Amino acid sequence: MNVVFTDVLLFFLLVCAIAASFSKKLLNSILIFMSFSLIMSIIWIILESPDLAITEAAVGAGVTTVLFFVTLKKIREIVSTDEEGDAKDEQKDPQK
Amino acid sequence: MSKKIPRSDYEKTVSFHFKRWLSGTDDTFAGKVEMKPQTVKRKNNAEIMEREIAKKDLRERVYDLANNRELKWVGKLYNCFAVFFCLVLAVMLLFAVSNLPSFGEASNPVNNEVSARYIEKGMEETGAVNIVTGMILDYRAFDTLGESHVLFIATCAVLLLLRVDPKKKKEEEEAANDRVLEPKNDVILQTVARFLVPPVIIFGIYVILGGHLGPGGGFSGGAIIGAGLILYLNAFGFKKTEKFFTAKTYKIMSVAALGTYALCKSYSFYTGANDIHSIIPLGTPGNILSSGLILILNICVGIVVAGTMYTFYCMFRKGDY
Repeated sequence: MNVVFTDVLLFFLLVCAIAASFSKKLLNSILIFMSFSLIMSIIWIILESPDLAITEAAVGAGVTTVLFFVTLKKIREIVSTDEEGDAKDEQKDPQK
Repeated sequence: MSKKIPRSDYEKTVSFHFKRWLSGTDDTFAGKVEMKPQTVKRKNNAEIMEREIAKKDLRERVYDLANNRELKWVGKLYNCFAVFFCLVLAVMLLFAVSNLPSFGEASNPVNNEVSARYIEKGMEETGAVNIVTGMILDYRAFDTLGESHVLFIATCAVLLLLRVDPKKKKEEEEAANDRVLEPKNDVILQTVARFLVPPVIIFGIYVILGGHLGPGGGFSGGAIIGAGLILYLNAFGFKKTEKFFTAKTYKIMSVAALGTYALCKSYSFYTGANDIHSIIPLGTPGNILSSGLILILNICVGIVVAGTMYTFYCMFRKGDY
């Protein structure tokens, strides 16, 4: 049972790793990367290293993701709905 | 209180000169070296324009890919060399990997007496039930000190890169910049945060304090506390967090924590190197007040990590605290 579970998790890990690098949108990449960290932390628990699991969950899935989101907001990759009109105008005009 | 001395006397003291030298206002060459003030070289507009046009012309002529045959060749050669070097590096690394001892073999060099000693005598010598904590904060505490300093240096680098100059801030406020935007007062987020932040921070403190008893430790606990602080900041805005966490708080916290760490470790290195018996009792393994200095070191690392995580977020978000 445990072996099957580990295999499924490892398969998900591979899928996440490939999907994160091939996804077109940066936002999706970050979300997939976050799930990668989450799966990794479960694998750490199965490998009997709970210390690493806690750290992976807190740093990999928590803080790093938030920092990535903030960076995306800084470079205007994420726009809230009321700003969206302005952002589209900006994209049309590359000289700006 | 010390006696107040007149200004002219004070200006002759060493401490005054040192202070001025520190702040950079003291010019050591003043009155000693003959100097002439520089005159600003002025150029008229036409000259500048001419130079710009010449520059552009030159660039166009150099990078004219259609006609410049040399550049084309160099570009192709460059690509070939890049691929070649990548292949050589990959082959070298793969060759090195193929020479590694096979995974999990009993005769591997990792299975030496060091790990056996850690497992057998770890609890006795460090007093920590959790062997991992005993290793990273007792046997190899010097590494962990370096790690904490790396975090501190990383924060300093982020400060250098992202800190907004308070003088320039006002100009930027006029431009629609998301730096100045406070998080919106979201009812759902605020309610969730009100219930979630205290347990998260308490769990972080538990992970730090129980680092020598079970899984956890300074780094993971500090990261959890930092994540809780970030959630609080997102829900309630900078005005509320600035009441208890500013740049000054962070500086004092991390410098005090790193200093305490260094002092504790220098004490134990000194006693260890000179064969002096350490006066810090190890206590009964399993109690919270046990395992000597490990608890203090855990708390120090936790403080540094929590502050670092929070500072990173603040710097990315606003460029200031």
